Amino acid sequence: MQPLLTIDNLSKTYNSIYACDRISFDLYPGQVLGIIGESGSGKSTLLNAIAGHIPVDAGEIVYCDRSGQPINLRTLPEVHHRKLMKTEWGFVQQNPRDGLRMTVTAGANIGERLLDVGERHYGNIRSEAIEWLSQVEIPHSRMDDLPSTFSGGMQQRLQLARILVTQPRLVLMDEPTGGLDVSVQAKLLDLMRSLVRTLHLSVILVTHDIGVVRLLAHRLMVMQNGQVVETGLTDQVLDDPHHPYTQQLVSATLMP
Amino acid sequence: MTLSPQLPSSPALPEPGFNFAYLDEQTKRSIRRAALKAVAIPGHQIPFSSREMPMSYGWGTGGVQVTASVIGQMDTLKVIDQGADDTTNAVNIRRFFRKVCGINTTERTEEATLIQTRHRIPETPLREGQIMVYQVPMPEPLYFIEPSRTEANKMHALEEYGPVYVRLYEDITRFGHIAMAYDYPVMVNDRYLMKPSPIPRFDNPKLHMNPALQLFGAGREKRIYALPPYTKVKSLDFEDHPFTVETWDQPCEFCGATDTYLDEVVTDDQGSRLWICSDTDYCNQRQQNNHLLTPTLS
Ligand SMILES: Nc1ncnc2c1ncn2[C@@H]1O[C@H](COP(=O)(O)OP(=O)(O)O)[C@@H](O)[C@H]1O
Ligand SMILES: [Mg+2]
Ligand SMILES: [Zn+2]
Repeated sequence: MQPLLTIDNLSKTYNSIYACDRISFDLYPGQVLGIIGESGSGKSTLLNAIAGHIPVDAGEIVYCDRSGQPINLRTLPEVHHRKLMKTEWGFVQQNPRDGLRMTVTAGANIGERLLDVGERHYGNIRSEAIEWLSQVEIPHSRMDDLPSTFSGGMQQRLQLARILVTQPRLVLMDEPTGGLDVSVQAKLLDLMRSLVRTLHLSVILVTHDIGVVRLLAHRLMVMQNGQVVETGLTDQVLDDPHHPYTQQLVSATLMP
Repeated sequence: MTLSPQLPSSPALPEPGFNFAYLDEQTKRSIRRAALKAVAIPGHQIPFSSREMPMSYGWGTGGVQVTASVIGQMDTLKVIDQGADDTTNAVNIRRFFRKVCGINTTERTEEATLIQTRHRIPETPLREGQIMVYQVPMPEPLYFIEPSRTEANKMHALEEYGPVYVRLYEDITRFGHIAMAYDYPVMVNDRYLMKPSPIPRFDNPKLHMNPALQLFGAGREKRIYALPPYTKVKSLDFEDHPFTVETWDQPCEFCGATDTYLDEVVTDDQGSRLWICSDTDYCNQRQQNNHLLTPTLS
């Protein structure tokens, strides 16, 4: 099978800091890759570099599109890049304020990507919005409400609906359960797990929470100071960590 | 309001001490260059170095500069403000150009070769060879979504107009219809999103395939854009919520027109009101023609 995404020696420095230092990995269709590491280890930088939100210093990002064509994202013209991000990719932000338009209704938030790709039928947009609100378990009656009236968990689920409406193949998430209560986190994780399965999503999931990767990630990459220190199947890495940093991470979460 | 027809004013000599049309030749040339670029890319905003004019920005200095740059000795100028030729703004701009150009001015749409306007497009259809100059307070249709000019320019370049439709979606969701009454955004030539200046949406269809050259000047924002003759102009809408224009339940009180843009006028302190054509010239002419017909009718 061809990888969906190939990252090859990706590097990003801030002044003298190596935020990402020669990172390489393959992501296969349907796979959930967890990226774990302490705060400041370079997880967000890596995710934003892959999504093209920030320029990188070196390395390759190759994505295999819907038609099976490998595309070098670093040389792809901006117009195509932005289109691809709206049709085949989705990005879930830790802070819903960064991922949602807070001043327009939930329905408009979901409709925006459809409007971006040329949908011009109001009724169709409404029915798509209803469909995706149910998929993320938000009552239809909230469709015409502003996201600022939603709870934190609902806002994250709305972020999901907002990107899933164009049926992306690859979803990048940066600490999606970050600011949420434990019980709300559990509900969101459940939902994410079932959506990944039913929609055959490929996901790169950044978190500092081992519980989250244990539940969702097939594979795991451990980062420290901008470098990948360990990688493998999630259960193997967590049950038998080799690198001292991973051992420390795992034992820290075992402690009550 | 003027009810009597006015003959075109006779040309006077430009006042000494001014260059023709106030601006120096080099400035006019550079504004014309911007206007030509604008004509070459319909609906696309071209920056120009806006000059100080002897009037404040609220008076439409963008339009005045464009007019000053394209006006010639043989031109006949009409100035419209809210549909009328006799508001302070219109009178002042007309007087200004008479003074610095010594050209003919008129209130009649069909006599004018050059029409500077704020808020209206004449009801009398324009013809080939005429030039409309619009005074534009805010040229950027993406400003309300994207205050950064760099980012807005990128959205234009990449034709990313989805967020504008989000606004239309919100209007329909909240009010049941698209609520924008003035400066209703249009797509030009299926390519550029454009603000038509604060004309009522009623006038939007007149932008489409118009035989006249239409130039838009924004003084404060230093932008010129254009619609060459016979350009496709489409008001934004949804397939299932098509663009519509305002309609009125009654005809114009003065001329009986049923197909014009009407203004509501309060006539006394008991709150009596009248609905009359906003285009004074058009209304006057219809009244004259009606008057000629009256003997046979009664
Ligand atoms: N915009 C920036 N400017 C300067 N340094 C940055 C910037 N963003 C991140 N960094 C630095 O890069 C490193 C990695 O940060 P980040 O990717 O945010 O880590 P994480 O998401 O794992 O917490 C940190 O040392 C951080 O201080
Ligand atoms: Mg982070
Ligand atoms: Zn009338």
